[in-house]
Amino acid sequence: MALPAAGATAAVGLWWGTTVIFGIRSFFLPAPPDIIASFRAQPAYLLRETWATLTETLLGFGIGVAAGLAIAMMLTAWRAVERATFPLLVALNSIPKVAVAPLLVVWLGYGPKPKIVLVVLICFFPIVVSTVAGLTSTPADLGELARSLSASWWQGYFKVRLPWALPQVFVGLKLGVSLAVIGAVVAEISSPNQGLGAVIVLSGSSLDTPLAFAAIVLLALLSIVLFYLIVALERLLLPWARAISA
Amino acid sequence: MIELAGVSRTFRTRSGDIEALRGIDLTVAEGEFLAVIGRSGCGKSTLLRLLAGLLPPTDGTVLVGGTAVTRPRRDVALMFQRPALLPWRSVLANVLLPVEMHGGRRAPHRERACQLLDAVGLAGFHKRLPHELSGGMQQRVALCRALIQQPKVLLMDEPFSALDALTREELAGQLQQVHMDVKPTTVFVTHSIQEAVLLADRVAVLSERPGRVRHVLTVDIPRPRSFGRNAHLADVATCVAELTDLLHDTDAPTPMHIT
Repeated sequence: MALPAAGATAAVGLWWGTTVIFGIRSFFLPAPPDIIASFRAQPAYLLRETWATLTETLLGFGIGVAAGLAIAMMLTAWRAVERATFPLLVALNSIPKVAVAPLLVVWLGYGPKPKIVLVVLICFFPIVVSTVAGLTSTPADLGELARSLSASWWQGYFKVRLPWALPQVFVGLKLGVSLAVIGAVVAEISSPNQGLGAVIVLSGSSLDTPLAFAAIVLLALLSIVLFYLIVALERLLLPWARAISA
Repeated sequence: MIELAGVSRTFRTRSGDIEALRGIDLTVAEGEFLAVIGRSGCGKSTLLRLLAGLLPPTDGTVLVGGTAVTRPRRDVALMFQRPALLPWRSVLANVLLPVEMHGGRRAPHRERACQLLDAVGLAGFHKRLPHELSGGMQQRVALCRALIQQPKVLLMDEPFSALDALTREELAGQLQQVHMDVKPTTVFVTHSIQEAVLLADRVAVLSERPGRVRHVLTVDIPRPRSFGRNAHLADVATCVAELTDLLHDTDAPTPMHIT
């Protein structure tokens, strides 16, 4: 805890020092106090936009998780489904999501809908891939144990395969939640009517760089908090997972 | 209790057929402890999988309790080389897994599960997760899991081979005690001559692939037996020597014998 804090403090100090020593002007690279001042000038506005980005992220992530888990379970339940749809999924995933953002605006309008859809699109694939990896990595001896106990397909799936896959599922969730925040911001930048992405676009057009930095700092905080919430959830629910991977 | 008549098993692989077992005839009486010993790859584990109903024989008949084995049975328990515990379940919940899989209620079996765990020296570990236990303790949990349904037949596939020498001896001693107490018909696959002599009523020696029964040796030493100094040291040594000879004697003798 002490070392990361020291590293972060040193980096901020270096940045602050550079702006002071070289007299860099605020619209080019704002010093940390400028950013804090910018936040304190309109905290209600910035928090409201943060809330907008957060709700888009969480709604999209929630749908992405549900869809990702369901698709992964279907893919691994029937081999034919996997062979028929997995290449298609890979092809779909290879499309840069940023490129779809303007299309989503055309199809779904300017409200929160295209943003949520983009979040779903960007975060569900890693969840599918990780969950499939987890569900297909059941150790042979556990499979044989289930068979020797005459376990039904359902028992084998829900008592052995699915719990075994959970650490892998969490790998997907951790990747997915970081991507979800990125997805929300990309969507907001392409139709800037709400959220921190919109704040960044508007501050750019008025050369209010400290405001852009304030929005970026809030985004980073959002991302970090969501990521560590998932890490905490994993430690709480799967205390055995780290022993398995070690 | 167990009858094998003319049992053969061939595996089809891309590089041709592999004949694992050929013409095995064996019977195991009720309550008897049979050790099956042989070199690596001689089909010992295949034999056990045939008995467990995990694998059908290519030829011949496998009878357990007078009926042909076609699928895994509830009164036959299997124990593997590795503990194969579910890492997210407590020790107690792991022991109760077979009860659950067979659709029974856990509560009536809880007391018996606790007794089994206490008997193998795991009192006070009931709520621990498997990764908090040593390898030997995990294998003891697996033994309790195999015994929870009071099986008539206990099949063990080199259950102590992944453990260090001292732990192996300790667990073999506990297994002997369990067998003396509950008398399940036991087939114990091993490549340790010492273990076979300590535990078994009879020892079946398999030849190299394809596995055939080369010899069945009766171990006539009173129980409880032990590894240390005891009254039957000479008998133990004789059995060990005989088994060693049988294992080293190949079908086509080579000019040099490595002992």
